[in-house]
Amino acid sequence: MEFFRIRRDIPFMRHALVLNVISLVTFLAAVFFLATRGLHLSIEFTGGTVVEVAYAQTADIGKVRATVEAMDAGDTQVQNFGSSRDVLIRLPLREGVKQGELVGRVFAALCSSEGGVVESRQGVSDKGEAVSKQVCAAGSAEPLTLQRSEFVGPQVGKELAADGAKALAFVIFGIMIYLAIRFEWKFAVAAIIANLHDVIIILGFFAFFQWEFSLAVLAAVLAVLGYSVNESVVIFDRIRETFRRFRKLDTKQVIDHAITSTISRTIITHGSTQMMVLSMLIFGGPTLYYFALALTIGILFGIYSSVFVAAAIAMWLGVKREDLVKAGTKEIDPNDPNSGAVV
Amino acid sequence: MNRYPLWKYVILAIALLVGLIYTAPNFFGEAPAVQVSSGKVTVKLDAGFAGRVQQVLEQAGLKPDFVQFDGKSVKARLASTDEQIKAKDALSRALNTDPANPSYIVALNLLSRSPAWLASLHALPMYLGLDLRGGVHFLMQVDMKAALTKRAEALTGDVRTLLRDKTIRHSGINRDGDSLEVRFRERATLVAAQTLLSDQLPDLQWDEAVDGGGDFKLRGTLKPAAARLVQEQALKQNITTLHNRVNELGVAEPVIQQQGLDRVVVQLPGVQDTAKAKDIIGRTATLEVRMVNESAEAREAERGGAPVPFGSERFLERNGAPIIVFRQVILTGENLTDAQAGFDGQSHEPAVHLTLDAKGARIFRDVTRENIGKRMAILLFEKGQGEVVTAPVIRSEIGGGRVQISGRMSTTEAADTALLLRAGSLAAPMEIIEERTIGPSLGADNIDKGFNSVIYGFAAIALFMCAYYGLFGVISTLALTFNLLLLVAVLSMLQATLTLPGMAAIALTLGMAIDANVLINERVREELRNGSPPQLAIQTGYERAFATILDSNITTLIAGVALLAFGSGPVRGFAVVHCLGILTSMFSAVMFSRGLVNLWYGRQKRLKSVSIGQVWKPDVQSAGKA
Repeated sequence: MEFFRIRRDIPFMRHALVLNVISLVTFLAAVFFLATRGLHLSIEFTGGTVVEVAYAQTADIGKVRATVEAMDAGDTQVQNFGSSRDVLIRLPLREGVKQGELVGRVFAALCSSEGGVVESRQGVSDKGEAVSKQVCAAGSAEPLTLQRSEFVGPQVGKELAADGAKALAFVIFGIMIYLAIRFEWKFAVAAIIANLHDVIIILGFFAFFQWEFSLAVLAAVLAVLGYSVNESVVIFDRIRETFRRFRKLDTKQVIDHAITSTISRTIITHGSTQMMVLSMLIFGGPTLYYFALALTIGILFGIYSSVFVAAAIAMWLGVKREDLVKAGTKEIDPNDPNSGAVV
Repeated sequence: MNRYPLWKYVILAIALLVGLIYTAPNFFGEAPAVQVSSGKVTVKLDAGFAGRVQQVLEQAGLKPDFVQFDGKSVKARLASTDEQIKAKDALSRALNTDPANPSYIVALNLLSRSPAWLASLHALPMYLGLDLRGGVHFLMQVDMKAALTKRAEALTGDVRTLLRDKTIRHSGINRDGDSLEVRFRERATLVAAQTLLSDQLPDLQWDEAVDGGGDFKLRGTLKPAAARLVQEQALKQNITTLHNRVNELGVAEPVIQQQGLDRVVVQLPGVQDTAKAKDIIGRTATLEVRMVNESAEAREAERGGAPVPFGSERFLERNGAPIIVFRQVILTGENLTDAQAGFDGQSHEPAVHLTLDAKGARIFRDVTRENIGKRMAILLFEKGQGEVVTAPVIRSEIGGGRVQISGRMSTTEAADTALLLRAGSLAAPMEIIEERTIGPSLGADNIDKGFNSVIYGFAAIALFMCAYYGLFGVISTLALTFNLLLLVAVLSMLQATLTLPGMAAIALTLGMAIDANVLINERVREELRNGSPPQLAIQTGYERAFATILDSNITTLIAGVALLAFGSGPVRGFAVVHCLGILTSMFSAVMFSRGLVNLWYGRQKRLKSVSIGQVWKPDVQSAGKA
């Protein structure tokens, strides 16, 4: 099998201008949505409380909402999570409300609205582990169970947001320094712009659709940033090699040749990684959903940006053969006493 | 030319063997077990205790797989959950002769089913995170400012005693935040006091301060080193106290760890009852013993008819009645070593028995001798709110540090009070700043989901690689399997905690690791396309691909390290697996796959073709399968 039967170099750079304009528009749109809508940050960043309950029957979202809103806990959100029986309730941080007790109060309120009473039970799981839990009992039935709850205090949220920003800065600077050492500055700038463009577009998607931006999503964004920078590195490597090997080609042709000869590898590796990510998207459940989604967008835009954006920016910045091919001719320092006598 | 020296094959074989051994325990699953640990500070377990547990179990007609002592507790593995419950009951009956005052904690637990020889190699399964097994997680912040204030308060007392002993007359001692101020009428006394205090209280830095009122003022502040020590000790004491409190819950494997300078993480697997856990753990209480102000003014203030007298504070008793208490602290929870519920020897009333340490006993004797017939109050501070637990009347001088509080309480009240006092007091109040609960069914669900994503993703990649690259694809798949094996082995060796983000990282790392093999295979194909003979194509393919592989791994590693450095909680788990995965993939994708290729093709001197899928050549359409 061979998917890529390419006879001639594909003139990628012929359409560079059009594609770059499209990129710019997408980028600006992403920035616009980020600025106007903002990210729907998870409670890990904002602080607050999340309660996930599973109902025995299909949950009546309206009733749940009414029950929770009656508690006057501020701007609450109630939605289905994964299935029609699972409900996720988000409560914001609020002055004067004892956050630590909120989960218990919400559960008790939901329980009593189903005609049950909260009681504490000690038991043993079928595997043989001691389990103590709070159960909502209505006679012998259990109309709802507490699946998961999370409370994050305001100081933790602030720290996580700050740490996330630091991590992003660290990755960008780290990669920039690495690329600057590894290549010429024009390439470093081009690669960083191309990949930041990816990051902004991922964030733009999250802002536009108001998908929940959690710590896991941030981890995905950073992982994909490191991953797709490498794509640009591979192409730049080829560009350097092509400059050395084919002295007659001009910059545009060199770039076209380099991209053409790496395109098969680019598509196959990203395809493989994407298969894994798709598997997470399909089988990973709601917890991994946005994580996998961020990776998917990141991988797709990673291919696009390293083929069309990074190389094109390098071209606009005016990469020349002389920038890259100077390893062959060593510069001779006239003040060096050892210069001249070479055996 | 494609031959590895023997030592390289030996390295690969050893890596494979180690990988297999350390991965193996994860596949045996878990069996029910009981765990016996100490319920009191005074009860210490040793290796001999395992014999006693074995004996008790045998008497109950149970045959444990083994009984072992692991340094902190004795664990016995049993065949079924029925036997486990029977064992627990038998052990509780036999070991705890007094059920109201258990010396041992018998808890249900799970132990790996892996054979003993694996365990003796320290090949243990990965520890499952709370999101995979269910439980509660708390992050608690220690109020360090309160710890310093408390220390300053204690020092105020010391200053007063020192000055009185040396008969240095001062005109008032005040605490302002965590610094002290002593006022003097004359400068000479100030100098004398400064010399004495600097000498006797090395923790404080004494400086002369300007005072508007014409008095001379000496200002003492905690030295930075002393302040740091106070904070470290406060954190340590809080962790110890939390350990004691968690033990009351009977949780099998609690995690109580310091995080940063002023935070403590508490994780309780198997506990879903946050209310109860918080009740005991989150009881951010500190204990203080003070005298009750029984002057006429104070009586009046109690009724609300007069302002609270200077140097006193108003608190409520547990029944809601107000009580006026002096500000001066006689004892704190630090001096209390034990508290038990019991009965009064003569009246048979329910009582609480307290044991004090030497310093506490001395102070208590002095105070009780001077105050017979008066009331003292034991106060519990929770989140800055004080409450009088009990305010008994001092009947006689109490020496020897053994104190009994009795009268006007029920058995349960006595037990409650003892629990509150016994659970130790915190050196500084703590507040829960993060809390997570995961139900056990959700945990099991998460394991399945994480596992499925890895398996299906892996299968898809393997199928594609084999179809697209032929034998080289099979070798790449084997290398990827080896990578997974090594990664799990390393994680098990490090006893890392596996979480759902960790599983996601395993999946992602595998997805990214195949990149190296794709690079190699594409390069080999390219060499073949350019007309190189197969052996040479393999060699140059591997060599040329290596530089790119290194590059790609370095950029990914930069991102991984950033997450490791700045991430917290779930992201850290992701980052650890991600970084380790990158390292193992370098080894497996390059060295292991090359080893396999060399083993298969390396011996053939006149290799005509390699199975790497179809190599399409643009000029020669009929090249077909090369």
